[in-house]
Amino acid sequence: MLLIGTMKGAFLLHSTSARTKWTLRGPFFPGQAVYAMAYDGRNGRHRLWAATQSMHWGAVLCWSDDFGETWVVPETPTITFPKGSDRSLRQIWQIALGNSDEPDTLYCGVEPAALFKSTDAGNTWSLVKGLADHPHAKLWQPGGGGLGLHTILPDPNDAKRVTIAISTGGVYRTSDGGRTWQARNVGVRAEFLPDKFPEFGQCVHKIVHHPSQPERMYLQNHWGLYRSDDGGDSWHDIANGVPSDFGFPLGIHPRDPNTAYIVPLESDAFRCVPDGKMRVYRTRNGGKQWEALTRGLPQREAYETILRDGLSVDSLDPAGVYFGTRSGKVYGSKNEGTSWALLADTLPPVVCVKAVVPIPAAASRSDVRSGTKHKSGTSSRKAATKRSSTVRRSATRKVAARSGR
Amino acid sequence: MPVEVVLPEYLRTFADGARRVQLSANVVTVRDALDALAATYPGVVSRVRTEQGEVREHVNIFVQGESIRDGDGLGTRLHPDEELLIVPAVSGG
Repeated sequence: MLLIGTMKGAFLLHSTSARTKWTLRGPFFPGQAVYAMAYDGRNGRHRLWAATQSMHWGAVLCWSDDFGETWVVPETPTITFPKGSDRSLRQIWQIALGNSDEPDTLYCGVEPAALFKSTDAGNTWSLVKGLADHPHAKLWQPGGGGLGLHTILPDPNDAKRVTIAISTGGVYRTSDGGRTWQARNVGVRAEFLPDKFPEFGQCVHKIVHHPSQPERMYLQNHWGLYRSDDGGDSWHDIANGVPSDFGFPLGIHPRDPNTAYIVPLESDAFRCVPDGKMRVYRTRNGGKQWEALTRGLPQREAYETILRDGLSVDSLDPAGVYFGTRSGKVYGSKNEGTSWALLADTLPPVVCVKAVVPIPAAASRSDVRSGTKHKSGTSSRKAATKRSSTVRRSATRKVAARSGR
Repeated sequence: MPVEVVLPEYLRTFADGARRVQLSANVVTVRDALDALAATYPGVVSRVRTEQGEVREHVNIFVQGESIRDGDGLGTRLHPDEELLIVPAVSGG
């Protein structure tokens, strides 16, 4: 399943594990930007998360326990800055699941740059004060997209260790569960500052780490492509043979830490793929070389832009790779990037693509809580609507899923 | 007659579908009115104001046809029988 966030709502693309035929559902939250989505299949849940942002009414984290048939829109936003602070939530940029030792922990990265944490599966959230109160925080500057905390990488081997990235602030890491944070930008350049290698202030666009070897990281910078083999303590340039080291998204292979995917863009002024050719670049040796992946992708007059969360890799074998464009196209490869197919066209501008492989319902049916699972179709929508009209005093209300197709 | 709040379509979802809400409390300012509304319909007011209490940038509030931004903001005074209109701004893309 692909969770697709766009500037005007969320969509779901479904397929079997063969990944040959895809079915589109949506839009959900039509008219609202959805910059972050996630799937939480831990502890018997089958929960989709969607970070909605209305230009008028603010940002609200919503969820669905029935794969989008109905969505829960909280009566009041669950993520807010403490009253009396000088910050108000503008947007949720990222939703990340916590370490497997903490199956009810989630994180959200937001704008203005801050991290929120939930330890009860997303019912309640708290500001991570250690980062919010960091002495650098007042010196972080917004990039073109705002001052967002857009990347969260909980270490799979150590629940107290989390790496985050901010545009523009750079990379920070905690090793004590969020109490203290240290800048981790050694070797990452800031092309736009007098000091090209400052302690912090870099415009990091995306970081990924490998799930079974998390000290192996890749970083796509606002000019600069890097690898770390020590969990971000140091970064080394790996822009070897790419047409540009400017870009936004990154993907990493689920099993091979030497295989990663990028989409170079021509420049920070143009921000389209070079030469009108839609090319994903793949390395299979940790960045020593990169190869252009073009089969099935337009190679002329393709002035596409892929944003920081617009590329995702699934966990199947062979791995599937997917990306969405600002022109509303979604491409997918079921053979690790060797060839591509157009999965959806004419969507609103795509800002988020997340590939997920839900745990089969039969495998965990006994864990699904009653009352959260609804039949598909009109009857369930009516049921959801009816329920919402009778639960005004409850903390949440369900809204019917809207399908445009 | 009490002050009446008129809601746009989207916010009616969070007010049991009501288009107009009469405020029973004695309210003197727009701030009072929103506080009173929040007591009954927190989902409405959390979408009109930020968590710091400011009216969101792309939300307009009118009292008797005048934008409160041209008046005293949340301190704009209300009188019995007056109408407080909440409208999404002309913005988007």
